[in-house]
Amino acid sequence: MDSSPTDAESLATAFARVLRGLGLSVPIGCVLTFTEALGATGIHDRDSVYWASRATLVRRPEDIALFDRAFAVFWEHRHGTGDDSVTEEPLRIVIEMDDGEGDDDSSDDASAPSDDPTIQLRFSAAEVLRHKDFGAYSDDELRLAHTLMSRLRFVGPPRRSLRLTQSKRNQHRPDLRRTVRASLRAGGEPVRRYWREPGERMRRLVLLLDVSGSMEPYARALLRFVQAAVAGRQRVEAFAMGTRLTRVTKELASRDPDKALRLASNRVSDWSGGTRLGECLRRFNDEWGVRGMARGAIVVVLSDGWDRGDPQLLAEQMQRLQRITHDLVWVNPLKVTPGYAPLARGMAAALPYVDHFVEGHSVAAMEELARVISGVSSRTQEAQHA
Amino acid sequence: MAPIDPLLTVNDVSEALSANSYLADEGLTTAIFLALALRRPLLLEGEAGVGKTEVAKVLSRWTGGELIRLQCYEGIDVSQAVYDWDYSRQLLHLRAAEASGEAQGVGTDVLEGQLYQERFLLKRALLRAISPVPGPPPVLLIDEIDRADDEFEAYLLEVLSDFQITVPELGVFRADRPPTVILTSNRTRDVHDALKRRCLYHWVEHPTFEREVDIVRLRVPHVSLMLSRQVAAAVETLRGLNLYKPPGVAETIDWATALGRLGLTELSESSVNATLGAVLKYREDVERVQQHGVADLVKQAFDRGLSHA
Repeated sequence: MDSSPTDAESLATAFARVLRGLGLSVPIGCVLTFTEALGATGIHDRDSVYWASRATLVRRPEDIALFDRAFAVFWEHRHGTGDDSVTEEPLRIVIEMDDGEGDDDSSDDASAPSDDPTIQLRFSAAEVLRHKDFGAYSDDELRLAHTLMSRLRFVGPPRRSLRLTQSKRNQHRPDLRRTVRASLRAGGEPVRRYWREPGERMRRLVLLLDVSGSMEPYARALLRFVQAAVAGRQRVEAFAMGTRLTRVTKELASRDPDKALRLASNRVSDWSGGTRLGECLRRFNDEWGVRGMARGAIVVVLSDGWDRGDPQLLAEQMQRLQRITHDLVWVNPLKVTPGYAPLARGMAAALPYVDHFVEGHSVAAMEELARVISGVSSRTQEAQHA
Repeated sequence: MAPIDPLLTVNDVSEALSANSYLADEGLTTAIFLALALRRPLLLEGEAGVGKTEVAKVLSRWTGGELIRLQCYEGIDVSQAVYDWDYSRQLLHLRAAEASGEAQGVGTDVLEGQLYQERFLLKRALLRAISPVPGPPPVLLIDEIDRADDEFEAYLLEVLSDFQITVPELGVFRADRPPTVILTSNRTRDVHDALKRRCLYHWVEHPTFEREVDIVRLRVPHVSLMLSRQVAAAVETLRGLNLYKPPGVAETIDWATALGRLGLTELSESSVNATLGAVLKYREDVERVQQHGVADLVKQAFDRGLSHA
């Protein structure tokens, strides 16, 4: 304690610098709030400082783990105890090439407590952690992306909004605000009456892209498509599925496609590794989809359906997803192959729950997909809401 | 009791919360303390059923400020959240003015001035929260902000920055003492960063075993200590089973209440089977627990219930 500068401001700025160095976004306003908070809690008690900094500097639960490490190191360093017990746990990365039938154990998969957050740092044997630069695109693909971007903008079947808009017809919902205004002009007589009706708004579009090894020839082009959708339309969410689920909406939102793809490739660390479709869908359902993101949305899965996980889990999760979505579309680049039958275990398990099964191997196929998304004929059976 | 005492400490907050039947961990207590001390809105995120909304209710009980709740939903707009004009009464007023011949006498401007007065103003939650009140400042609960649209969030940002609202026809309403603001989100989508920056943030976790036992004891005082510990232990196990909807504190309390109501003093396989519906809300979850083995669950709960008891 003796050598510490004991000044809330310097502590706050120093710690903010540490966090920024680790890639967390720490706006200056938050640092000011943190300083203010330290004024209220004091700066000597570790727990008070910890909670004050967490309440003011962290804004997403995903950042908490990184933040905790940073805080531990920062605090020890600051108080010069030089305690080595807080060193980071080294990441263990297992690189193993395809081991064939080795991990066809399906029964245990579902019951393993695999959603423990720390498990993300331990990789399954089949995962190949390779970092790929997928920013290099041909001119053709670039043109395709632009075509699709313009096509995707402002499309998708609308849904009724709760928000009312002006109406020309008598809708049994009087627009009193305008009626009052009009009668004021008419000296108090409500001569002309106005009406309102529910407006329409776009459905959310959720794109789940399989980035596993077997999708390699297609994943780049498809990611381009996903990027075009995210950048060109409102209410789009994008996720990459490999051995784990990664949300890439923010990375892809940049209007500069090259930058967006670069950011996304940095974010996705299991590019061209194994696939655990069922597990990824389960995570999507648990953490995003069922909570609201997929409700009433159009969900598009872009995958060849080769899955190393338990097909039962995949079927279960597809069913769960189908129950809450407006439309569930599966895009399979292999579908066009002559004599193709959905024999991949994953594909066969998922198919019963898919509303639209479309191709995804070429520019034409992607245009078709854009058409499907724009004009999705809603499923005929009554939508069941879970 | 005025909460915004400059001498308020984290300890005071902790005591006041438990005096009002809410047991918070140190993180949440500190976040609430800071929200009061810095007069900042507090954004609480976390799984459903961890007690986010309850924080606002407890603050209202403690401070004596009125609880004003704004439940967000898709399509919520200014006329539902901030203010609206009472058009029916305005129309009546106009008709009356016309009938009495007053409308011809005075000009349209005067007539309009009569219409847009505070007595024709319907104050909704946000405007009520910043209108001056005689007692302690109100507690404003903006519930499930993630359900509202982005446009509404932008508007909210403006209100929470200055605690003032402009009604074009009337002028500016400003809070003389800003309300205590609690926002909650279930994270169905990310709340905009600009709004988060305006707020203090806390991710609410499921409580630890011991704290959950205390919560059950506090909220369901008539059940035995043994049963409280067993229920908390069983819920802890359930949360580790990869369920679609892991039970929250609300479910723990419901379950303990249900078992207490059945006159039980400890768990048994049959009573668990009979009351599982109080904790699990999906058929698939019930099946998963049955696969795991209810007998196992009960046995673990017994062991855990006995340790340190």
